[in-house]
Order: sequence, then structure tokens, then C-alpha cells
Amino acid sequence: MLNYISRRVIFALFLVFAVSSASLVLARLAGGDYVTESLGIEAHRETVEQARARYGLDKSIGAQYRDWLGRVMRLDLGRSLLYDRPVRDLVPERAANTAILAITALLFATVIGLPLGVVAGSRRGPGGIIPAAIRGVSLVLLSMPPLLTSLFLIFIAARTGWMPIAGMRSPGEPATGFTVDLLRHLIVPAGALALPLAAMFERLQAQAMAETIGAPFVLATLARGVPRSRVVWRDALKASLRPIAAVYGLVFGTLLSGSFVVEVITAWPGLGRLMLDALRARDVFLVAGCAGAGSVFLAVGTLLSDAALAIVDPRAAES
Amino acid sequence: MMLRSFGLFLLAVAVVAAGGAPVLAPHGGDESFRTLLNAPPTMPQLRDETGRWHAAFIYRWTRVNQLEQRYEQDRSVRVPLLWFSGGRIVQSADEARAPLLLLGADSYGRDVFSRLLFGARVSLGLAVVAALGALLLGASIGGLAGYTGGPADDFLMRASDFVLVLPAMYVALALRAVLPLVLAPRSVFLILAGIFAIVGAPFFARGVRAIVRSERRQDYAVAATSLGASHARVLTRHLLPAARGFMVVQITMLVPAFIIAEATLSYVGLGFPDPTASWGTMLHDASNVRVFADFPWLLSPAAAMFLVVLALNLVLERVEMKVRLKPDTTYR
Repeated sequence: MLNYISRRVIFALFLVFAVSSASLVLARLAGGDYVTESLGIEAHRETVEQARARYGLDKSIGAQYRDWLGRVMRLDLGRSLLYDRPVRDLVPERAANTAILAITALLFATVIGLPLGVVAGSRRGPGGIIPAAIRGVSLVLLSMPPLLTSLFLIFIAARTGWMPIAGMRSPGEPATGFTVDLLRHLIVPAGALALPLAAMFERLQAQAMAETIGAPFVLATLARGVPRSRVVWRDALKASLRPIAAVYGLVFGTLLSGSFVVEVITAWPGLGRLMLDALRARDVFLVAGCAGAGSVFLAVGTLLSDAALAIVDPRAAES
Repeated sequence: MMLRSFGLFLLAVAVVAAGGAPVLAPHGGDESFRTLLNAPPTMPQLRDETGRWHAAFIYRWTRVNQLEQRYEQDRSVRVPLLWFSGGRIVQSADEARAPLLLLGADSYGRDVFSRLLFGARVSLGLAVVAALGALLLGASIGGLAGYTGGPADDFLMRASDFVLVLPAMYVALALRAVLPLVLAPRSVFLILAGIFAIVGAPFFARGVRAIVRSERRQDYAVAATSLGASHARVLTRHLLPAARGFMVVQITMLVPAFIIAEATLSYVGLGFPDPTASWGTMLHDASNVRVFADFPWLLSPAAAMFLVVLALNLVLERVEMKVRLKPDTTYR
């Protein structure tokens, strides 16, 4: 077990390091740099040279990467050229917003999807209207990735005025902390992320449940006179959690991808929007910082889900 | 079974719409009507004001407020529809003043319906080409890894696991951002297809490797080898066909993902340039709060995407059940 966890931690560290290095190099390789993007093509040659020297963009990729590595070791991630602020201050702020969004969505999806999956999967035979309805809704939602759900929810919000369309906090409200205003702003983006995910959880859980419900141990427990609801919600549920636990690790990547779209459409000030701005402006240090933060999020998520899988099914830790 | 037929029907509609765009669309994809910016749809009518029946006709829009772009139907003149003329199935008889706008016009006064059809060619074409590219790349990697085994296998699988863990959207975004932001549509098509193929290849590689590894020891593969078939022949003629079912399922799963990915990249301005009609660039036009309240017809590419993805999901459900009967192909 300890061996398994330490191997996963090493992989996580490697992931963070490789992703941020690769994105720094990729962003440097791109045609044009921050200076050409911000000053425009008509800027005077000398001005361009001076600006390059000031930002350290006149060095070769190798030299710049070495400098950056040296500073990263001292936890200095460089300075964002676009926002003129240290990347170390800028990124955690935005990453926290993305984390709020993603974790709320994951919570929503699990709380909605899992019980519905149990209900839909635990019927024997052809089932009734309820499982069929759940299945139908899931099928529709599975065909609506976050890009479409966010447009759909904004459409509803714009037509009814029930909830804010975009942004994270209304002007005049406190800028930090969990407020009612923040929760209201969360409905559209978190809902957009959660709905397709909930549908996926429902389908997975329903399939796993349908397989478990036919197992001999379930029949034996029922035969002993244990009430059906208790067998379904306690014994069969526990035995059928493995597929969802296994998929939780991959879900963090999906959540990050999905939150990028949702953040752009609903103007949620998260990591995705920051990364997009940084990529467009060729702000190399900010790109590397965002990618690093994203991979930390991903690595922590993968670690947690590996741990969850090992708890649900100890066999997973052995392979 | 009925659901699957419905899925196949929707897919057929999409393919016909994309293939027949030049004939089916009343207008060209970039033809714009300057006086009809954001005009609502012109619904074909059969009865006029007084309740008399006519051959299908439309009423023209007259602008009542230029600033707010509000329009009113001009019920005094019936504009008949012209069928099978000028190389198109249907058009309005008075194209210049009263064009047929089945799904309204966008903010440049272009016909949304026609752009939807032309956009289907770009969006669906890109997704299919990219999925086939991913299949080619992934099956080569997976086949090689599964067949040779050893350190090459280790390396290839570690690499594809690594790509799988990363959020696909960010990988595509980072790769796209490396290249110049503004490019010709043709280059964008090739670049996006290449990027999507790279991001999608690991999905094929993992499954194909697992299947090739287990099939390699089967009698028929050993028999082929002992009859003197070369490695390349055993792999391509005998082992890869065993992964056929898996490949079909993966393609059906990747195509919708690629449709959405194109739309996302174009939406944020890193996909096709604006004049090109694709479902993504059309959504980009719709990225304005007023659209949701006043010009909802601009969201029709979102509806089109939903229907195509739904169709593929409906078809897939059936395919998945068929494949599950073979134990070695249920590889996730």
C-alpha cells in the first residue's frame, strides 16, 4: 500500500514538473512573443529590443528555461508580463476560483447522479416508468457537453431572470468568502459542468448496480429476509461503487477541460480564462504558472481518486 | 432498437445536409443582406391575412428600428417561393429585398440556415478526418507496442497514459496557441485535424495494444507466423482486424468530442477565422447576451451539435452492447 502511494506521488510530481516545463518551452517556441503581441508590428525596432531585454526575452530558450528552473526551485514563478504582477500571487487566486467551481460541480454530479443510478439500476426485469425516465434524461444530458449546457442554462437565466448570467460576484458584495451572492452566481457554471457528469455517473452506477443485483450474495441476503431497500442501499451499493471510484481519477481531467469552456462562456474568473489570456498574449511565465497550477489540481485529484479506489477495492493497489 | 433507428436517421440527415449544402442552402455561406442584420426567421406560410390558401410564400421583414434591430412583417405583399431554380432547391422570388431566411440572419445579415449547412461540412468533416487520423496513429502505436512488447511497449504506453491524464482541451489549446493565431481556413483545418488526432490517439493505442497482446498468443496468429507470414502481415492482416469492434466504438465516441472541441476553439477565437462558416464560428457570433433574449435563432448551431452528438450516442448504445459480448474488447 505504502509502495503504491509513493509511486503515485512520484508520478504526480513528475506530472507537475513536465507539464509546466513543456508549456514554458511551447509558449516560447510560438511565433511572436509578448513584445510583438503587445507593441504591435509597427513598433520601432529599438523599442522592441529594449522591451525584450527588460523582460528577458532576448535570451535563448535554453538559457531562459535554466533561469526559470533556478527560480522555480526558490518558489519564484516569475512575473506576469500581461498583468505586471508576480505569477505566484496571480495564479493561486484564479486557481481557487476554478477549484470552487469544479468541486461544487463534482459534488452536485455525485449527489444527483449516484442515487439516480442506484434507482435506475436496481430494478429487476424491464423496470418501470421511473428507470426509463432517468435513462432518457441521462441520454439527453450525455449529449450535452459543458459547452452546450452552459449556453442552455444561460438561455434559461436570460429568459427568466432567476439567476445571474455571468461573473462570480455582483458589484457591491464582499469580494471574499462564501456568500449567498456567490452561490447564486455558481448555479449556471456549476450546473453546466455538473449535468453531463451527473448523467455519466448515473449510467455507470446503473450498469454496475444492475450487474451487482444479480449476484448470488444479493439473492442470499434477500432470502434471509433482509428488506430489499436495505440490501440495495447498503450491501449492493457498496459492492457496486468500483466503476465510479475508478472513473473519478479521469473525471478531474474532464472537469478541468469542461471548466475552461464554462469559464470562458460564463465569465468565471478562473484558471482557464487566465491561461487563455496568457496564451494569446504569449505571456510565457504566466502560461507555465497556469499549466503548473492545473497539473497540481490534476495530480491531487488523481491521487485522491487512487486512494478512494484503493479503499473501495483493495485489489486495485496491488497491480 | 427504435432509438437506434432514430439515431441513424439523424445521422443520415446530418450527412445529407453537409453533402448537399450547395443545393439545399438558399444562399451562399458568406452572402450578406446589409438591411437585415439579426433579422428573425421568415416562416413559409400557406394562408394569408384573410384566410385564403396559396402556394407556399413568405412575408418580408421591414426594419422598424435600426438601432435595436427590430423588424416587423410586411403583410401587404406575398413573396412566393421559387422551387428548383438557379441550382438551388428553394429560394424566394425576390431574393434582393425579401430573402428566404429559414433560421433568421446573423449580425452580418448572413442566412443562418445556409451557414448551418455549410458549417456542417467543416465541423463534421473535421471531426471525421481527425478521428480517422487518431485511429491511424493510435492503432500504429498500440499495434507496435502490443506486438513487440518489452521496453518499446513500456515507453509507448507510459507516453500515451501521460497524454490521457492531461485535460484534452488544454493540450489542444496549448498546441494550437504555438502556431500563428490567424491562418487560412485550409491550414486551420489541417492543423486542428492533426492536433485532435494526437490528443485522440492514446484512446486507440491503449485498447488496440491490449487486444493485440491477448490475440497474439491465439492459435490463428501462431499458425500464421509458423506458415512464414512476416511480422507486418501478421499484425495488419490478422491481429488488427480483431480490434475492429473496439475501433468502431472509439470512433463513435471521439467524433462528438472533436465536434465540440472545434466549436470550443473557434468560440474562443483560436479555431477557424470568422468568415468561414463552421458551427464554432457561428457560436462565436452568438457570444453576446442580447442573443439569448432577442436573437435566439443564432443558437441553432448549438442545437445542431446536440442532435448530432445525441444521434451518435443513440447508435453507440447498441454497438456497446454488441461489443461487450466479447470479453477482451471491454477494455476501458
